[in-house]
Amino acid sequence: MAYPEQDHAPHSFWTRYVWSQDHKVIAVQYTITAIAVGLVALVLSNLMRLQIGFPGRFAFIDANHYYQFVTMHGMIMVIYLLTALFLGGFGNYLIPLMVGARDMVFPFLNMLSYWMYLLAVLVLMGSFFVPGGPTGAGWTLYPPQAILPGTPGSGGGIVLMLVSLAIFIVAATMGGLNYVTTVLQARTRGMTLMRLPLTVWGILVATIMALLAFPALFVSAVMMLFDRLLGTSFFMPAVVSMGQALAYKGGSPILFQHLFWFFGHPEVYIVALPAFGIVSDLISTHARKNIFGYRMMVWAIVIIGVLSFVVWAHHMYVSGMNPWFGFFFATTTLIIAVPTAIKVYNWLLTLWRGDIHLTVPMLFAIGFVSTFVIGGLTGLFLGNVSTDMPLSNTYFVVAHFHMVMGVSPILAIFGGIYHWYPKVTGRLMNDTLGKLHFWVTFVGSYAIYFPMHYLGILGMPRRYYAYDNYAFIPPSAQQLNAFITVAALIVGTFQLVFLYNLARSAFNGLPSGPNPWGSASLEWQTPENPPGHGNWGSALPEVHRWPYDYSVPGTSTDFLPQTSTSPLGCEAKPDRTAP
Amino acid sequence: MSDSTSSPTSSSGVYGLAADWSGDREAFKVPWGKAMMWVFLLSDTFVFGIFLSGYMAVRMTTAEPWPNPSEVFALQLGATRLPLILIAIMTFVLISSSGTMAMAVNFAGRGDRVRAAALMLATAALGAAFVGMQAFEWTKLIVSEGIRPWGNPLGAAQFGACFFMITGFHGLHVSVGVIYLTTVAVRLLGHRHSDGPSPDNGHLRDADRVEIAGLYWHFVDLVWVFIFAFFYLW
Repeated sequence: MAYPEQDHAPHSFWTRYVWSQDHKVIAVQYTITAIAVGLVALVLSNLMRLQIGFPGRFAFIDANHYYQFVTMHGMIMVIYLLTALFLGGFGNYLIPLMVGARDMVFPFLNMLSYWMYLLAVLVLMGSFFVPGGPTGAGWTLYPPQAILPGTPGSGGGIVLMLVSLAIFIVAATMGGLNYVTTVLQARTRGMTLMRLPLTVWGILVATIMALLAFPALFVSAVMMLFDRLLGTSFFMPAVVSMGQALAYKGGSPILFQHLFWFFGHPEVYIVALPAFGIVSDLISTHARKNIFGYRMMVWAIVIIGVLSFVVWAHHMYVSGMNPWFGFFFATTTLIIAVPTAIKVYNWLLTLWRGDIHLTVPMLFAIGFVSTFVIGGLTGLFLGNVSTDMPLSNTYFVVAHFHMVMGVSPILAIFGGIYHWYPKVTGRLMNDTLGKLHFWVTFVGSYAIYFPMHYLGILGMPRRYYAYDNYAFIPPSAQQLNAFITVAALIVGTFQLVFLYNLARSAFNGLPSGPNPWGSASLEWQTPENPPGHGNWGSALPEVHRWPYDYSVPGTSTDFLPQTSTSPLGCEAKPDRTAP
Repeated sequence: MSDSTSSPTSSSGVYGLAADWSGDREAFKVPWGKAMMWVFLLSDTFVFGIFLSGYMAVRMTTAEPWPNPSEVFALQLGATRLPLILIAIMTFVLISSSGTMAMAVNFAGRGDRVRAAALMLATAALGAAFVGMQAFEWTKLIVSEGIRPWGNPLGAAQFGACFFMITGFHGLHVSVGVIYLTTVAVRLLGHRHSDGPSPDNGHLRDADRVEIAGLYWHFVDLVWVFIFAFFYLW
C-alpha cells in the first residue's frame, strides 16, 4: 500500500515551496509569517513606549494612534505571533518528526490551514489602511465601546479585526485537527504516549485547548459583528453615545467578558504549554540529564490544561460579579499553581548536578524558567480577589502578564529556534550573535518589566495615553518610564541581530552535522538532515525507549537515541503495576 | 529498554484501558479520518454550546418580555391555529433522516454500495426538506410577523437576533451536510472496484467514508434536539 504522502511529492518550485503540503515547509511558512507580523507588533510597542517615556515629544503619536498601537500590539502578539508560531510553526515541524510519522495525517488540510492564516494576517494588516485605521478598543475588544463612534477604528477597523479573528480560528481549527490526529493516531512503532517528548505533549494539550477555547472567541466575534453590522444587541445595553441615544438595548456587555475570557484564559496556556514542553526538552538535552519526573511533567501539563478552563473569571474580579464567584475562581486559580510549581521544581531538579552546557538554546531555556517564576509569583497577587482589587488596571498587571506570557514564551521560542535551526537548515546559527541576542533580550526584559511592578504599586493606571496632572503619581515615575522606554528601544533594536543571524546562517552558518546537540529524541535520527520529503526514507523508524536517555551509566556514548536497541536506559516506569 | 512492540493486553480493568490507550502507533483503532471527525465534532460542540449559552444569557439580561415561542411559531391550518406544528414536522423529518443515515452506514458496512448510496441520497433529501421548511419559517417570521435581528414587535429584540443566528448557523450545517452526503453518495456509486483487505490508516474504505459522513449528520441532528428544546420549548 502506497503511503498517502507520496501522492503529493513535490515536483516544481511552486509545489515544493509555495503550495507545499509538506509539514516542514508549512512550518517554515508559518514561522516566517508569524515573525514578520510580530515585527510589526514590536515596532508598535516601541512607538507606545516613546509616547509613555517622552510624552508629547513625538507629535505623530496622538491619543487615537496610541490606542490603536496598544490594541494591535496585543492582539498580534498573542494570537498571530505566539499561537501561530507555537502551533503552526513548532507544532507542524516537530510533531511528525518527533512521533515518527511521514507527514501530518491530512497534508492538504494542513496547507489550507497556512493559507487561511496568511489571509487572516492580511485582513488584519489591511485594517491599517482603511479610513479610521485599525481598531483602538484595547486587545480585549470590550463592548460597548469597541463598536461605538469615538473609539478609534470603530468604522472598518473593528470589522476587519473580527473578520480576521474568525478566519484565524478556521485556520487554527484545520491545523489543530491535524496535530491532534497525528499525535494520537500516526505514531511509529514503539512510540507510546509515555515516550513522547514533552514538546509534543505540550503542543498536543495546547492544541486540544485551542480547539475547545477558540469557539468562544469565534462566537463572540460573530455576535459582535452582528451588533456592529446588523444592529443586534447581544452585547449592547441601552447606550447614550455622544449625546445621542442609540437603538441598542437589553444586551449584556458582561456576557462578552465571560466569552472572551473563556477563550482568553486557556489562550494563556495555549502559548505556555508548548513553551513548557520545549523548555523541558532543551534543559534535558543541554544538561545531558534525563528530565526529572517525566510522568509528573506529563500529568502537570494535562491538569493545567483542564484547570485552565475553570479560571477565566479571575480576569473579571472588578466587573461587579457575585463575590462567591470570585471565591470560586480565586480557588481554582491558586490550585493551578500546584502543577505549575511541580514543573518549575522538575526543571530545577533536572539542572541539579547536570552536565550543563551553556549553549544559546540552554541560556534561553534557563532564562525562561527565571522570567516564568517571576511572572508566576506576581500572578498569586492578581489571583486573589482582595489583592487584585487595588492592583487591577495598573502597570502591575502589565508587568505580570508580559513576564509570564510575553517574555517567557518568546524566550522559549528563541531557544527552540536556536535549537532546531540545524534541523531545518543543516547549519548552526552564529553562537556569538546568539549570546549577544540572549543577554540583551534577557537583561533588557527585566529592565523593562521590573520597574513596571513598582509603577503599578504606585497606582499608575494602564492604558492611559498621558499621565499629566495626576497628583498621586510622583515625578520619579516619569523618570522610570523614560528608563523603561530606553530599555525597550534597545531590546527592540537588538532583535535585528536575531533576524540577521537567522537569515545569514541559512547560507553561511557552520554545517551542523546530523545531531549537533547530541539529542536523543527521534527528530534528530532522520536518515537525512534536513529531512527529505517523507522524513524517514524507505522505512519508518522503530522506537525502543523514551527521549531522555542522557548520560546512561554503562554506555560509551553519553546518550542513547530513541531508536537505540541497547538494553540499558532509565525510562520512566509506571509507578505501579497492574493488579 | 522494554520490548516496545508487545501489546500489554495482559492487564485488565482500568489499567488495561490505560495501557491500551497509551500503547504505540494509535490511541483509537479507527482510521485517521474518523478520529479527525470526532475531534472536529468535539470542537463544534463547543461552538453550539457557546451559542446556546450566549442565547440563555441575553434572554436573562434583557429587560423586555420574551415572546412566547408557542405563539410565534404557531401555524394557521384551516380554522385551527396549531402551536409549534411546523417545527414539530421539521424535527420529525430531521430525526427520520438520522434513521436513514444509520441504515446507509449499515448497508455500506455490508458492502452494498447501491442501497447505501440510495439511503444517503434519501437522507440528503430529508435534510434538504428540513432546510426548505426552515426557509419557509424564516420567510413567515420576517414577512408576516415583522421579526428582524435588530428588533420585533413582540418583545425583546434579542429574540430575533438569537433565533436567526442560531437556527441560521445550524441550517448552514445542515446545508453543508446535504452537499457532503450527496458527494459521498455519488462517489460511492462511481466506485466499481472492491475495497480488498483493510489498508493502512491514511486510506479510507467506502464504508469508512459513509460512517464518517454519518457521524457528522447525527451530530447535526443532535444539535437540533438541543436547539429545539432550548429555543422552542423554553
